[in-house]
Amino acid sequence: MKDIRVGETVKVVRLNGLGAVKRRIMDMGITKGTEIYVRKVAPLGDPVELTVRGYELSLRKADAECVEVD
Amino acid sequence: MEFKIALAGNPNCGKTTLFNDLTGSAQYVGNWPGVTVEKKDGKPKGHKDVIVQDLPGIYSLSPYSLEEVVSRNYLVNEKPDAIINIIDGTNIERNLYLTTQLLELNIPMVIALNMIDLVKKSGDRIDMAKLGSVLGCEVVPLSALKGQGSSEVLEKAIEQARNRVIGERPRVFTGSVERALARIEESVEGLVDKRNSRWYAVKLFERDSKVRQSMSLPPDLDAHIEKHIRDCEEEMDDDAESIITNQRYAYINKIISTTVKKKAARGSLSASDRIDKIVTNRILALPIFAAAMWLMYYISVSTLGGTLTDWVNDTLFGDWITNWAANGLQALGAADWLQGLLVDGIIGGVGTVLGFVPQMLLIFFFLALLEDSGYMARVAFIMDRIFRRFGLSGKSFIPMLIGTGCGVPAVMAARTIEDERDRRMTIMLCTFMPCSAKMVIIAMIVTTFFPGNVWIAPLMYFTGIAIIVLSGIALKKTKYFGGEASPFVMELPAYHIPSFKGVLIHMWERARAFIIKAGTIIFTACVVIWFLSNFSWTMRMVDVEESMLASIGGAIAWFFAPLGFGSWKGAVAVISAEMAKEQAVGTLAVLNGVAADAADTAVSAGIAGMFTTIGAFSFMVLNLFDPPCVVAMATIRREMGSRKWGWIAIGYQVVMGYMLAFLSYQLGSWWFFGAGFGIGQVLSLIIITMIIYAVARRPKEVTSGLKMAVDRV
Repeated sequence: MKDIRVGETVKVVRLNGLGAVKRRIMDMGITKGTEIYVRKVAPLGDPVELTVRGYELSLRKADAECVEVD
Repeated sequence: MEFKIALAGNPNCGKTTLFNDLTGSAQYVGNWPGVTVEKKDGKPKGHKDVIVQDLPGIYSLSPYSLEEVVSRNYLVNEKPDAIINIIDGTNIERNLYLTTQLLELNIPMVIALNMIDLVKKSGDRIDMAKLGSVLGCEVVPLSALKGQGSSEVLEKAIEQARNRVIGERPRVFTGSVERALARIEESVEGLVDKRNSRWYAVKLFERDSKVRQSMSLPPDLDAHIEKHIRDCEEEMDDDAESIITNQRYAYINKIISTTVKKKAARGSLSASDRIDKIVTNRILALPIFAAAMWLMYYISVSTLGGTLTDWVNDTLFGDWITNWAANGLQALGAADWLQGLLVDGIIGGVGTVLGFVPQMLLIFFFLALLEDSGYMARVAFIMDRIFRRFGLSGKSFIPMLIGTGCGVPAVMAARTIEDERDRRMTIMLCTFMPCSAKMVIIAMIVTTFFPGNVWIAPLMYFTGIAIIVLSGIALKKTKYFGGEASPFVMELPAYHIPSFKGVLIHMWERARAFIIKAGTIIFTACVVIWFLSNFSWTMRMVDVEESMLASIGGAIAWFFAPLGFGSWKGAVAVISAEMAKEQAVGTLAVLNGVAADAADTAVSAGIAGMFTTIGAFSFMVLNLFDPPCVVAMATIRREMGSRKWGWIAIGYQVVMGYMLAFLSYQLGSWWFFGAGFGIGQVLSLIIITMIIYAVARRPKEVTSGLKMAVDRV
């Protein structure tokens, strides 16, 4: 999910990897089939703000790499 | 019969507001043993037989973070009689995720649907009765901010605790997953408390490291369970943890569709979104942030806070209390020494520190306002990129910033940082930012020894920043702090107008800690120092030159000789600076015969003869970057949650202060003042090389310090 653009809505296909980061991302609601809206990028370029299940989530681009979307 | 009721819920769901509502000021705040996680419990008003245990805000019960591990240990091992699960009604899907996990513990539970007023306002409709029957526990509406519903929630929870009611728990998992879980549950029958067997089964399915560790299953049972898991993973083409979380959310989607009707169209902007369009806007965010911080400072340090502090110092303590005490003691005919002890020693010393209280109350007030309104999360969001560079996160910015006012609230502000390593590093480093007391030292030294110089003060601030940045980089390469960066997955909660009462409680909680510490520690230190500086070893009252303090100072003066001020007066000044930084200069003045309350020019004249120019500079550097005042040190020890880390932090600061003062003096005298190039200078260059190495080296592959910390709990 590194190359998505602001304003796009994407659907999660799968989550790769293992461990704390991935679990945390899933715990926060980003699971297979979830729709994500990319609301904006922070002023300094990172992190990004996503709308997930009706709330706002901030995620570093590096951590978002494990999320595959279409 | 005493009931223990646990409060569990996501961060930002209003849990603290409910807790405050229920317990008022009858709260006890500390740390969970051995960790830096805050522990709060209290007795609700009107219920002497109930203890409400506030658990840290958590999104899940995974084994990966301290807050989660501490919470689940409490729930499984301490066996509370009931759980109040607070849910944010405006964010119900993600909040229910934790609910499904809490239900697995089979503890009587009440769901408090908070922010019910906001839900109504948005036009969304939640069928609470239906939701309650599906989940098997009652759903009680709550608006904690408005103070409506708290007592009903508590009453319901007590009722459930008393009757040990556990409703029928929902079937969250389906198909082969449910079958696998049922089999695992069967296999571990007898090994775990029957009540929690479902929770254990799910955790074992997820291959939860902490549960596996605590259960130490016999190898054939382990293999048996592993086979069930593998079969399921193959069938669903996914790993166990993902399977469980997917199914939980799938279940939540299902029940939401029948119990919640959302009014707003998807993609429409809420009020918070609209505010954020400006506040975290690419162009406006940083200026707005700078303006907000400046305003906070302007009010709490420069204008209102400064005036109040001056009033407390000069009028309240300097005038009223001192005179009242002096007159009173004289009228009582008290002995000279007693008058000296009370007036000069205690009132003088404690008064200086308490003089900071107005500033601190204001800083705490604004901080509480920023936190409770939701803006703090935006600050971390904006600043994160910078801090990531040296191993921290945006959340570390606030403590650093507050440190420019006072180190005590700065260290306390580090509590919001979730990751233990980041928290500890932030606590250790934030006092390198010169606080307002240290500014007094800078001002005095510059006026006396470098008159007219305008760049030394800013240079000291930049040095503070440089120390923090370079330390961060160097520490990240060590074993404990190194390893993968902790994930920065942070919710940006909706903005809301914080409750005035909540902000005040928040503010007072922190201020109270400071005042009590200052009261006790400083009081003791003042008495001791007064005593040592007024009595000789033969217990006669003497002038300070012949006192015990002077001889102690003389005995350790050699320690400061390489820094350019190896006299007993310098040593004594450094010691008194540890009581309150701004006393460094005041003490020097007194030791040189200037009256304690003399005008600045007299003080200046008094100390001018004490140091060489470069010695004065080095004296200033030492007091700026060595450990902060005693109250701050005590706060560091408390926030670290362990004595060992308290010492590590202070040790680091001692080394840093001494090293920088050494470098300043040795290299400064050689470069600027024509001293020869001798052993001191050689040592300096060696030290600089070591610093460069520490910052620039390649770290070996290290296990995440976080994993090590979580493993220990």
